[in-house]
Amino acid sequence: MKLPVYLDNNATTPMDPRVLEAMLPYFTEKFGNAASRNHAFGWAAEEGVDYAREQVAQLIGASEKEIIFTSGATEGDNLGIKGVFEMYQDKGNHIITTVTEHKAVLDTCKHLEKQGAKVTYLPVKEDGLIDLKELEAAMTPQTILVCIMYGNNEIGVIQPVKEISAIAHKHGALFMTDGTQAVGKIPVNVDADGIDLMAFTGHKMYGPKGVGALYVRRKNPRVKVTAQMDGGGHERGMRSGTLNVAGIVGFGKAAELCRLEMDTEAKRLAAFRDKLQSSLLELEESYVNGNVEHRLPHVANISFKYVEGEGLMMAMKDLAVSSGSACTSASLEPSYVLKSLGLSDDLAHSSIRYGLGRFTTEEEVDYAIEVTKKAVNHLRDLSPLWEMFKEGIDLDKVEWVEH
Amino acid sequence: MAYSDKVIDHYTNPRNVGTLDKSKNNVGTGLVGAPECGDVMRLQIEVDGNNVITDAKFKTFGCGSAIASSSLATEWLKGKSIDDAMTIDNMDIVEELALPPVKIHCSVLAEDAIKAAINDYRVKNGLAPIESEKSHH
Repeated sequence: MKLPVYLDNNATTPMDPRVLEAMLPYFTEKFGNAASRNHAFGWAAEEGVDYAREQVAQLIGASEKEIIFTSGATEGDNLGIKGVFEMYQDKGNHIITTVTEHKAVLDTCKHLEKQGAKVTYLPVKEDGLIDLKELEAAMTPQTILVCIMYGNNEIGVIQPVKEISAIAHKHGALFMTDGTQAVGKIPVNVDADGIDLMAFTGHKMYGPKGVGALYVRRKNPRVKVTAQMDGGGHERGMRSGTLNVAGIVGFGKAAELCRLEMDTEAKRLAAFRDKLQSSLLELEESYVNGNVEHRLPHVANISFKYVEGEGLMMAMKDLAVSSGSACTSASLEPSYVLKSLGLSDDLAHSSIRYGLGRFTTEEEVDYAIEVTKKAVNHLRDLSPLWEMFKEGIDLDKVEWVEH
Repeated sequence: MAYSDKVIDHYTNPRNVGTLDKSKNNVGTGLVGAPECGDVMRLQIEVDGNNVITDAKFKTFGCGSAIASSSLATEWLKGKSIDDAMTIDNMDIVEELALPPVKIHCSVLAEDAIKAAINDYRVKNGLAPIESEKSHH
């Protein structure tokens, strides 16, 4: 086993060597501009893009004409939300989203609020899922878009998208979802799920960084978004800019591999995740964050009470994971996603996200278990809070001297 | 973010971890920070008849820099008089551990913990607490 061990696959995934192999010719031999319609170099590039478009479409049960290539999910979220807001202005100005969305969605919505949009940020329940009744109650005749993520990036919970899209459509609104964490990991089908727009990206599914897609439905209903970048009118006029041919080819290959290997991979990773989780829960005062049934197969977010997340990661220097503690950021605010589950700040500070991936081995999972247990115990030996807890002191009743 | 070698050393081999008997009159305890902020430091000193700190212990809930700051503080406190201990400045800790700007608050917390422990000792022994001239808040 090689150290350090990478268990941060929700941040990004390594590229599959088969993806790299598919991309290589497009850097040097087939380097043409896919928009050059008048010579063989352009045709070769266009052929690569067309094939990738089919591969990506197939993964989500879409038609290739419904795939708009972007630079990634952040651009897809921006294009989808801003593009719908501008395109459907005469229908209304109300957007519904949730408090646990990625910043690419939240900050885009905040931006639109300054331009006259009304945005409802739905809270989530303790398990991270939205309450469908609250969604129903939030719908108004002015609601043009419901934008709710498929799988959450921090805790991995999967929102009830079928039910959500049904509610949105009943009230005449479009349904958009940020599929970044879900696509390629679990079956996502735009028709079965009632998705009108969906942003996703290559680098979370063993493809390259800097390439993603926005799915835009073409039939029932035909959805249009206003372009956010002016230029040559690429991607059916919705996203100008010379296509990142090699990236797109890699994204396509990655999508194909995910489609073919998803079932086996999801089963394998879920078994690893369950082993990791049950072993770590043997530690006293450790808790899983988020719903454990409706969850992506490769993520576990666990809080170890009375130890601080960043300190914990430092003790696990050969294990690359992620923490809900924001001690490294200037704001010193812990994760807003964990806080919106109703977690107290100290539990949010104490959380670690384990993200497994295609190349994770059982040996690595065992290593993660061993290292985490050792680190938690070490830090609890150092923790005044652990000592106080063991003495039976109620920490909520202590008057803390905040600084 | 990369940690300095000194932070890693204190973090990996923290000095003077433990608990002194806070019911004793010659033990001063400082508990600063809050769990919600992600940092809590408890620093304790034991003082002899000549106002010299003979022992110091800490326990810290926090990031590596917070643990290192408090570990270093206990090292510096041992053998110092109360008056000398009062002059320990957070910037001394920042310099010694090469803390980056985002971690300066860890050193502030350690300085606050030292002062809180000394004041606890003073109050226990019928002396008025010393107000800090500095304000970090």
